[in-house]
Amino acid sequence: MLSIPCPWCGPRDEPEFLFGGEPAVRPVPAADVTDAAWADYLYFRDNDKGPHAEIWCHAAGCGQWFVMRRDTATHAILSVRKPGEPA
Amino acid sequence: MRYSSLSLFRQGLSGHQGWPQAWRSPALKPTYDAVVIGGGGHGLAAAYYLAKVHGIKNVAVLERGWLGGGNTGRNTTIVRSNYFFPQSVALFDFALRQYEQLSEELNYNIMLSQRGILNIGHTEHQMELMARNVNAMLVNGIDVELLDAQQVRHELPLANFSADARYPILGGFTQRRGGVARHDAVAWGYARAADAFGIDIVQNCEVTDFRVEGGRLVGLETSLGPVSAGTFGLSASGHNGVLARKAGFRLPLTSYALQAMVSEPIKPVLDTVAMSWATGMYVSQSDKGELVFGAGLDLYPSYAQRGNLNVAQGVVAGMLEIFPAFRGLKMLRQWAGIVDVPWDYSPILGPSPVQNLHLNAGWGTGGFKATPAGGYFLAHAMATGEHHPISRPFDLSRFSTGAFIDEAAGAGISH
Ligand SMILES: Cc1cc2nc3c(=O)[nH]c(=O)nc-3n(C[C@H](O)[C@H](O)[C@H](O)COP(=O)(O)OP(=O)(O)OC[C@H]3O[C@@H](n4cnc5c(N)ncnc54)[C@H](O)[C@@H]3O)c2cc1C
Ligand SMILES: [Zn+2]
Repeated sequence: MLSIPCPWCGPRDEPEFLFGGEPAVRPVPAADVTDAAWADYLYFRDNDKGPHAEIWCHAAGCGQWFVMRRDTATHAILSVRKPGEPA
Repeated sequence: MRYSSLSLFRQGLSGHQGWPQAWRSPALKPTYDAVVIGGGGHGLAAAYYLAKVHGIKNVAVLERGWLGGGNTGRNTTIVRSNYFFPQSVALFDFALRQYEQLSEELNYNIMLSQRGILNIGHTEHQMELMARNVNAMLVNGIDVELLDAQQVRHELPLANFSADARYPILGGFTQRRGGVARHDAVAWGYARAADAFGIDIVQNCEVTDFRVEGGRLVGLETSLGPVSAGTFGLSASGHNGVLARKAGFRLPLTSYALQAMVSEPIKPVLDTVAMSWATGMYVSQSDKGELVFGAGLDLYPSYAQRGNLNVAQGVVAGMLEIFPAFRGLKMLRQWAGIVDVPWDYSPILGPSPVQNLHLNAGWGTGGFKATPAGGYFLAHAMATGEHHPISRPFDLSRFSTGAFIDEAAGAGISH
């Protein structure tokens, strides 16, 4: 089980958290976004093996979202930060 | 050599010392007509159908580890075709029909056991949803039956029918042509038959990079040196996204760990595959007597080939809820495989953004049952450069057209 260091609450057990996908920036303005670019934003993923940028929610805790870098091959947690904080 | 009772008898006389190797271990040649990346069941099947259906025999299958060491040897061996959408039924029933005659075709016993697959319903709402699914499946020509509580009790006498059950059993539905097959045997049978056509199955050969020239794939870098070919197939379940990025594009896939486990062997107690949507668990009994069971994904990206304890505990809790009698059993093994899951839980088949590279990806948690289909349609795409009509709806373009085949919502539980 992962021990995830929530930037607000400190380390908590994995079942309290939800994985929320890879960070991505929504393309705008919507009217100018091609189907391909929209599909890329919605569905296509880096899906890295190794260090991977992820957003997580401390759903059963403080309810906050945060950004986590995690190694998908070893499950090691590399860093966490609040949204908007410098990487 | 043809396997038969006569050959078994003859070999028995010489103490089984004379069996020939089932396939060679050839060196990698610098060039082939066709190269398949990934020596799981799907990749091996693709090689076999390239030779058998399309007459292309100068073929290599490149496998990073050993044959069947990926998800082929890690799955819970369930086969069925009780999907919701007609496109899926065409695909998965094609596979099941191949399975039904595969032992004979390959001269290799894949131990297909059509013992049926029974989904249990625990609430009125679930029963209504099942009736709807069963109707859709019947319309699509799939042999499913809706069952009432008595019928389920008859088929699953050990299930929890007590009055205070947390998950009361109100009924279910079954596909009697569903069941299990021996996963290793499917890979080995295809490997042996492909080898007999002269196809090179090259193990311990990791594809490390792609040589793309003018939008066209011309060759691969591997741990055993470079290789070029006229056409390539990508069938590296779990790692398709990683390889696609090396070829210069992304796929709509996320790789997750999916775990399963087996108990110590016991006498026969369960003669069908039982699934329960509400608890997420499913279980069957192997020929050795072990109970084989599993559940949903560890829900974050992983390439670690191991699952976490909280998910395992959930699986065990679900199983004990439905089958309290299994409480005293010891668990023997627990493991995980890495599966690549698309958003709509349907595979991604056919051309990739790079010319000459064809996809057989995104089979997620349920591609063992589709091994013959994945191989057949990948071979078709590699040989002809075009979709087979059955694979066309599963094209990568559906992610931008929106023509999804949403089996996650349609048929519910996977595997
Ligand atoms: C626990 C579990 C239970 C499952 N249960 C079921 C079930 O009951 N029914 C069902 O239908 N499906 C089930 N599945 C899903 C099923 O196992 C997969 O969808 C299917 O096996 C994938 O196809 P494959 O057999 O070709 O994959 P694999 O056997 O994984 O083959 C892919 C191969 O590609 C190789 N590879 C990866 N990277 C490279 C590289 N760079 N170079 C060369 N080779 C590479 C890998 O080593 C691997 O051998 C289950 C999966 C798991 C993990
Ligand atoms: Zn928190």
